[in-house]
Amino acid sequence: MAQYNLKINGQTYKADVEPDTPLLWVLRDSLGLVGTKYGCGIAQCGACTVHVNGAATRSCVLPVSAIGSSSVTTIEGLSAQGEHPVQQAWDEVDVPQCGYCQAGQIMTAAAFLKQNPKPSEAEIEAAMNGNICRCGTYHRIREAVKVASTKTK
Amino acid sequence: MKLAAAAGGGLLVGFNWTDAKAKPAVLDATAEAAAPSIEFNSYLSVSPEGKITIFSPNPEVGQGIKTAFPIVVAEELDVDWQQVHVAQAPLDTVKFQRQVAGGSGSIPHSWKRLRQAGATTRQLFINTAAKRWGVPAGECTTDKGMVLHKGKNKKATYAELAADASKMPTPTDVPLKDPKDFKLIGTSIRNVDNKDIITGKPLFGLDFHRDGMLYAVVQRPEAFGTKIKSVDASKARAMPGIVDVITFDNNVAVLGKSTWQVLKARKALNIQYEKESALESTSDHDRIFDELLNAPDATVRRKDGDVEAAFKSAAKVIKSEYQCPFLPHSPMEPMNFFAHVRPDGAELIGPTQTPERARGDAAKFLNLPQDKVTVEMTRMGGGFGRRLATDFVMEAVKVSALAKAPVKLIWTREDDMTGGDYRPAVKYRFEAALDAKGNMIGYKLRGAGINAGNPTRQDNFPAGAVDNLLIDSAEHKSPITTGPWRAPITNFLAYAEQSFLDEVATAAGKDPIAFRLELLDKAKKSPAGDIKYDIDRMRAVTELAAEKSNWGKKSGVAQGFSLYFSHLSYVAQVGEVTMKQGKPELTKVIAAVDCGIVINQSGARQQVMGGVVDGIGHAMYGKLTFDEGAPEQNNYNNYRMIRMSEIPEVEVHFVDNGIDPTGLGEPALPPTGGAVANAIFKATGKRIYKQPFVEQDVLKGVS
Repeated sequence: MAQYNLKINGQTYKADVEPDTPLLWVLRDSLGLVGTKYGCGIAQCGACTVHVNGAATRSCVLPVSAIGSSSVTTIEGLSAQGEHPVQQAWDEVDVPQCGYCQAGQIMTAAAFLKQNPKPSEAEIEAAMNGNICRCGTYHRIREAVKVASTKTK
Repeated sequence: MKLAAAAGGGLLVGFNWTDAKAKPAVLDATAEAAAPSIEFNSYLSVSPEGKITIFSPNPEVGQGIKTAFPIVVAEELDVDWQQVHVAQAPLDTVKFQRQVAGGSGSIPHSWKRLRQAGATTRQLFINTAAKRWGVPAGECTTDKGMVLHKGKNKKATYAELAADASKMPTPTDVPLKDPKDFKLIGTSIRNVDNKDIITGKPLFGLDFHRDGMLYAVVQRPEAFGTKIKSVDASKARAMPGIVDVITFDNNVAVLGKSTWQVLKARKALNIQYEKESALESTSDHDRIFDELLNAPDATVRRKDGDVEAAFKSAAKVIKSEYQCPFLPHSPMEPMNFFAHVRPDGAELIGPTQTPERARGDAAKFLNLPQDKVTVEMTRMGGGFGRRLATDFVMEAVKVSALAKAPVKLIWTREDDMTGGDYRPAVKYRFEAALDAKGNMIGYKLRGAGINAGNPTRQDNFPAGAVDNLLIDSAEHKSPITTGPWRAPITNFLAYAEQSFLDEVATAAGKDPIAFRLELLDKAKKSPAGDIKYDIDRMRAVTELAAEKSNWGKKSGVAQGFSLYFSHLSYVAQVGEVTMKQGKPELTKVIAAVDCGIVINQSGARQQVMGGVVDGIGHAMYGKLTFDEGAPEQNNYNNYRMIRMSEIPEVEVHFVDNGIDPTGLGEPALPPTGGAVANAIFKATGKRIYKQPFVEQDVLKGVS
């Protein structure tokens, strides 16, 4: 076990965990930030996506020991009230069916739109292709990313 | 109705409106309630502050029931949707019936009950206001949660009337709204949990936390047909955070303080297995299928006319076989459940499609009365039928009972994919007899399944439209466990049947839609045996799909048609394929849907689109194979799921016929595979006989 001071959502959290513990399980089990989801554990589905220094990152394969002083943002920190343009677009387009994958989808989309605020449809598909939605809400996810891109300046 | 002081100090009443004679029940005040609410029936309560809570009794698995049910209650209650707060009700078999998410059955079962719940309470508020104002109830109207009397210029909100209303007799035989007066039903209403979903609130079973609970993972046999020979858990027990290792049934549970610690310790278990029964491989199944298809004996499911004579006299006979593999359900949230078994009762919390079955199984195992076991349903990260089973609930119950501790038992993706309860593998043989004019005079179907029960749906179309018909089935019992998978059986049978009918139409030299319409005409004019589908509704969705797809009139686009009735709803689909660099590409699916009245346009539309995407994804890519009883795919790196770049455009059209609504969780999926495969045939001249499509010759080289 080792002590880590983690910068998450603008706050410092302390975690006493084994160094190889993936960030996902630190967030969920140690810190109670359960908005970040477990889907596959091998970086194949995107449900666990968070931002590390602004970049979309699969938290299920990122050991806590590798984070250091990096700044982590989870779905809870994107906007607690759901006011981030991507969250708003997700509601307006009424994307979720079961909703389980959507935190990861939103985090992937938010990081992508920061890099590419006015993407083409092909660029959206390429960016979102790593996130699986078993309910098949892909049409609405694509639409919501487009809607969000009209909200971001 | 009577008022009763509740334990929490609030003023609460409740009664079961489905039995107006039932005695009032005292309800617990919820701790977070700002003011005591008055419960007018099982489905709704009104607080004096004007908060209207509608309880949704059925489990939410992504089918949108938590939004659709309250819409129906709110419609008849005549309240502003903005006033409505929706809450998931726990399992309560006194207040509710059929708290199940399965079979697309929730809406048809509850439609009238929900309307009556809303309408009865609306009438109660009218009666209360009429008494207060000294006017006839018939002169009062309602709007947005208010009772109005225009003549006397009076109005009162439901909240203002609630306390008095609770002392009034419950009205009986209250008329329901004329559907033309619906204000909410038929509009687009967003998922009631959107805000919690997009801000990452703990909604799902895996998110549940109770202080002091232990995390548990279970090592199950790696191959179906093996049993534990020996367990050496010494290394695992010595690892950090590990509290206990427990062997039960054919499993070994590792309990500890965190998910990661129990996952690591599970890898350190040394378990030896031995053969218990047959260790089957996919190659064995291929052989078994052929034996079953050729076996002289099978269970006859339906027999009309004289099939032998029809085939003897046929001008042309068409014969084909279609095969599908096992599939895991792959909900994004893997199986999990929380259980706290105490000497005097048990508390169960988690994602289940069948809370009543979970309670029954737990009570039976623990030898407790049913009322000592509580079940709370969390939102489910998908289910697709997997959560109809209770194996994962019972694992949590058993481990909690043995450990004497509250336990959250979780499955990894690998556990979920290799843990059984699969869509069964099935192979079909179809035969059709055509007369000289191209009329189908004989039809035979044999379904061979592995733990599939009856893999046919003997009364579905074209049964009833063919004079001489024989449908039978044969089954192989396997150690590989199977269960219902979204649109059980029809998720594959529909594709096979609709592809075969396309073959028959081609052999008869007829347009695929015209061919089906001829069969429907024949079923209408001179039915062969019982007909269990509505011929006019079959025809209506067929014609709508033809119209919206501009059937047969698009240049450069190959179209394929498919039509299926399942779970009381009717869906026709047209798939569109264009050739790109010599390879077929699916560009569009047009769906025509008859589920009667559409309750929520937004939810219903997405349910159809999602069903089509699911249908395409599993038909194109889904495959679970076995080697000596062990699944050969175990996670998304070797089991392919459809992704955004692989979806075609999907267009949804609803038939507007005002018929009472039926379910939509499943019916859009079955026709999709056939629409796609028939369009690929039209484009390439090559028929697809097996899933996954992507491995068949016609799609070789298509990524």
